[in-house]
Amino acid sequence: MNDTQQRRGGWSPWYLLFIVEFIAVLWPPFYNSAEPYWIGIPYFYWYQMLWVLISAVITTVVYLATRD
Amino acid sequence: MQEVNWIALSIFVLLFGFISWLGFAAARWRRGDLDLLHEWGLGGRRFGTLITWFLLGGDLYTAYTFIAVPALAFGAGAVAFFAVPYTIVVYPFLFLVFSRIWSVCHKHGYITAGDFVRGRFDNRWLALAISVTGIVATMPYIALQLVGIQVVIGALGISGSGVAADLPLIIAFIVLAAFTYSSGLRAPASIAIVKDLLIYVTAFAAIIVIPIELGGFGKIFSAVPAKNLLLAVPGAHTTGAYSAYATLALGSAMALLLYPHSMTAILSASSGRAIRRNAAILPGYSLMLGILALFGFFAIAAGVDKLPEYAAGFAQFHNNFAVPALFLHSFPSWFVGVAFAAIGIGALVPAAIMSIAAANLYTRNIHREFINKNPTDKQESQMAKWVSLIVKLGALVFILFVPTEYAIQLQLLGGIWIIQTLPAVMLGAYTRWFNSWALLVGWAVGTYAGTAMAVAAHLKPAYPLEFGGYTFPGYSAFYTVILNLLLAIVLTPLFNAMSGQRAASDATSEADYLS
Repeated sequence: MNDTQQRRGGWSPWYLLFIVEFIAVLWPPFYNSAEPYWIGIPYFYWYQMLWVLISAVITTVVYLATRD
Repeated sequence: MQEVNWIALSIFVLLFGFISWLGFAAARWRRGDLDLLHEWGLGGRRFGTLITWFLLGGDLYTAYTFIAVPALAFGAGAVAFFAVPYTIVVYPFLFLVFSRIWSVCHKHGYITAGDFVRGRFDNRWLALAISVTGIVATMPYIALQLVGIQVVIGALGISGSGVAADLPLIIAFIVLAAFTYSSGLRAPASIAIVKDLLIYVTAFAAIIVIPIELGGFGKIFSAVPAKNLLLAVPGAHTTGAYSAYATLALGSAMALLLYPHSMTAILSASSGRAIRRNAAILPGYSLMLGILALFGFFAIAAGVDKLPEYAAGFAQFHNNFAVPALFLHSFPSWFVGVAFAAIGIGALVPAAIMSIAAANLYTRNIHREFINKNPTDKQESQMAKWVSLIVKLGALVFILFVPTEYAIQLQLLGGIWIIQTLPAVMLGAYTRWFNSWALLVGWAVGTYAGTAMAVAAHLKPAYPLEFGGYTFPGYSAFYTVILNLLLAIVLTPLFNAMSGQRAASDATSEADYLS
């Protein structure tokens, strides 16, 4: 096993970033509200849609930070 | 009864004809020897980041999802949006766990989860349990894809009695079966590209055009009944709708990638890097799923269920007719044809992959393991082709003769069953610590308990778990996989001690998981 393989498969602190998205979307009290509206859309809906984009950014960051 | 919409029907048939041709032509795409199982059943593991994106996207976000999620929003409101957190938290699992599984499977030539578990734990009974679970969980899922086709065919105004009523579905099925048989995984991979482009065009046209027609999002959301707009705030001594929502999202995410059709699409990628990149770009589909969920609200605001021309459709397909009715109501006929073709073709892609995945499992982990131990490559791929036909025929018969509710309920149970393979497959990707018999007991108890919970909850996903005077409504699959895991952890040292602590045999080594 060479060094890059070790880094790739081993633990990386960057993986902790994933925890953020689990907490943000799996705790409904954070977002179960209609206010504030955005272009007529209740918070409940646009908050979760926004997190789709944020999660994609998080994964990209983790990918770039941990790639060989 | 609505009349046949000839313009929409012509476009639909045209697009359907095109992808049928594409499905057969795909046999020559990135040509390989289709007498080898990994060529027929995994497309030769040659798909790069972009093709994998289309294939996995077309596979995980099925036509049925695109009908059922907005239907749930239409009928029940906010709870339907669990599909969004679900398809957010699934990607860390893809990135971390399944890129390791891709790597070890690539190294050892494994083509199913059963192959991997067999190699990792050297226990063919555990591999059998994993494989049978996969096949059983997949069957109703294929049947539901056919429901997706049924709904759009009905919405095009085609109706009849007896065999004539089912003829379009039977034709679609024959086309599907034939190109899957001849081209293997290359067929859905090439069709997925067309289908996904159609779906994206439809979704983005609808999210722009329909809110303008309906007078803006403010008006749309004010048409939604107040009690359905948000999750119900839990009362005293219960976590209510909150825990149900969160566990449904998390449990579904844990289960999704364990399905054989997910595994097949993942293993067909050409590198672990393609898998990890896809974890970052597949949320594009999650965004679209969220948009589609909103279509349920558009349908409420447009009041399609109160329009006489759609009464027959709602009577036959219930809330599943909400989105087709909305499209018929809001779009010109030619675009209705495009949108319905997107849904109809969207059903063929996952149905093809699911039947291939089930065929791979039967061929590798049941037939080869227990019946014919030394097949030639050609016998093996031939067997898989036949099994893929039988599996699809089973799904067709099911849809034609059994009420749709049963397929939906079985699909719910399928999710509860497939998640029980998590300790062996997903944790197995990290550790060989578990005793394989302890995993098997955990699987059996989890499967039994999950089924019992679902039955007790009247075949609804959320079970009201009572603990210390509190009620925690939650997804049965999520609760029972924890039970399964706890049993496997407790029984592992016990079983190891009983068997005299032999060194665990393992065909894989740590380096195999890293790529």
